[in-house]
Amino acid sequence: MSRLGIAGGVIQVLVVTGGAPVLTGVMRQVRARLEGRAGPGLRQPWSDLRKLLRKEPVTPAGTGELFRVAPLVLLATTVVVAGVSPFVTTASAIGPAADLFAVVALLAMGTATLALAAIDTGTAFGGMGASREMTIMALVEPTLLMSVFALSVRAGSTNLSAIVTAVVRDPARVASPAGLLAAVALILVTIAETGRLPVDNPATHLELTMVHEAMILEYAGPDLAVVELASSMRLTVFLGLLVTLFVPWGIAVTAAPLALAAGTAAFAAKVTICGAALAAGEVFMAKLRLFRVPELLGGSFLLALLAVAASVFLGAA
Amino acid sequence: MTGYVQSLDLACGALLVTAVVIVWRRRLSAIIRTFALQGTALAAIAAILAAHGHDPRLGAVAAGVLVLRAVALPWLLRRALGSGPDAGGRETRPLINVTASLLAVAALTMLAYAVSRPLTALDPSPAADAIPVGIAVTLSGFFVLVTRRRAVSQLAGFLLMDNGITATGFLTTADTGLLVELGVSLDVLLAVVVLRVLAGRMRDVFGDTDLDDLRELRD
Repeated sequence: MSRLGIAGGVIQVLVVTGGAPVLTGVMRQVRARLEGRAGPGLRQPWSDLRKLLRKEPVTPAGTGELFRVAPLVLLATTVVVAGVSPFVTTASAIGPAADLFAVVALLAMGTATLALAAIDTGTAFGGMGASREMTIMALVEPTLLMSVFALSVRAGSTNLSAIVTAVVRDPARVASPAGLLAAVALILVTIAETGRLPVDNPATHLELTMVHEAMILEYAGPDLAVVELASSMRLTVFLGLLVTLFVPWGIAVTAAPLALAAGTAAFAAKVTICGAALAAGEVFMAKLRLFRVPELLGGSFLLALLAVAASVFLGAA
Repeated sequence: MTGYVQSLDLACGALLVTAVVIVWRRRLSAIIRTFALQGTALAAIAAILAAHGHDPRLGAVAAGVLVLRAVALPWLLRRALGSGPDAGGRETRPLINVTASLLAVAALTMLAYAVSRPLTALDPSPAADAIPVGIAVTLSGFFVLVTRRRAVSQLAGFLLMDNGITATGFLTTADTGLLVELGVSLDVLLAVVVLRVLAGRMRDVFGDTDLDDLRELRD
């Protein structure tokens, strides 16, 4: 545990928690402008969260402890991932927790807990949303592991810090077939796991198509605020993993204040650009039929597998 | 040297990805467009090898491959698609659904890597390391050939297989000989022209090119 790691961990938790709703605001604003609307402004998500937090907590009759604990588990796992991943600095606050498997397992744990809570409500929508989310997750998690594996083969370690450090030392390795394939697979996984178009539409509550919204339909007040905050943080974390693994420019390698400031600014800028590009892309896209989603995710799994194969067999250079 | 290895790896990666996209997509027009991209990647492999080995004959072959596989064959395929009501149509019912096909291609790729280990071990070089890519493309082409129903899809599978064989040829042998390459290319061109005429005739007579409907004989 180094000074660099601790400084990075603290900054990352603060930046991701404070910045995630702003990122959601930016994405909604970009979408609104491209669709010819004025848009609610960048601070709207934070205002929504404040409004929800002031409300009285209400839980549906017949739900158990799991329903009440699930939002906190979702938030807690996301905060841990935001703290340990090498976003701002190449070192990690808790080294072993920055392992690829630990990070993926933490993210999966949040999703699985929320799905259990959705089943706990006993409503038709909750069960439907949970079953769909599990279908998507079953294909997303292996793809996520595979695509990061492709990068870890060359770094010789599954620790995210080690992978990012290796990429910083030799930026050219990303422009290999393995790197490009893994990048495409990871982009598809990010879109699917964070419930964006064309897998899920975060803006609607249409019974036939909703996935994430169906799971959190019964939440209200502060619980809903926690779920919303955690969801936007998950989006930030996924985009953060994407940009730090493939374009780790500007990441801090020393604990000097200037380096940390530059690392934070670079991280915020890269994630914002990625989010804006994602939102702009969504304007031109229609939602995929639910039965076609496994096809898309199967394709991304294949790309990730090819990335691993290419990094093992073409990686002699 | 590093530039050579990196560009060769990139071209081989592009070859493999376009093969996957051909299995993935349903729209025949999209498949044909991807096929043109794959022809370009194949020509790039030949060009990179030619530039590395200072071999003007291989350079000429690369130019020929570009004209044949990135321009002529996609054009012929598009003509075979016709301008009827199902122009640019979908592969309606592949025998194996797309998700399973993709997983099968993943397995075939692993198989290709496994079987080409002895080949790469013979003479370890960047080009030899990429042999599995050529074999994987060949196997996926064969897979498309046997699992699709419409004539044009099967044609695309046949050409995918041929692209894979050609790529393996470039990567394994330093010098295939201009005459051999020319003969193979003409052979492929002829096969496509014949199949295109056949597919056109079938569409005129039956209104569709679903080959499964042609199993029974009628008078």
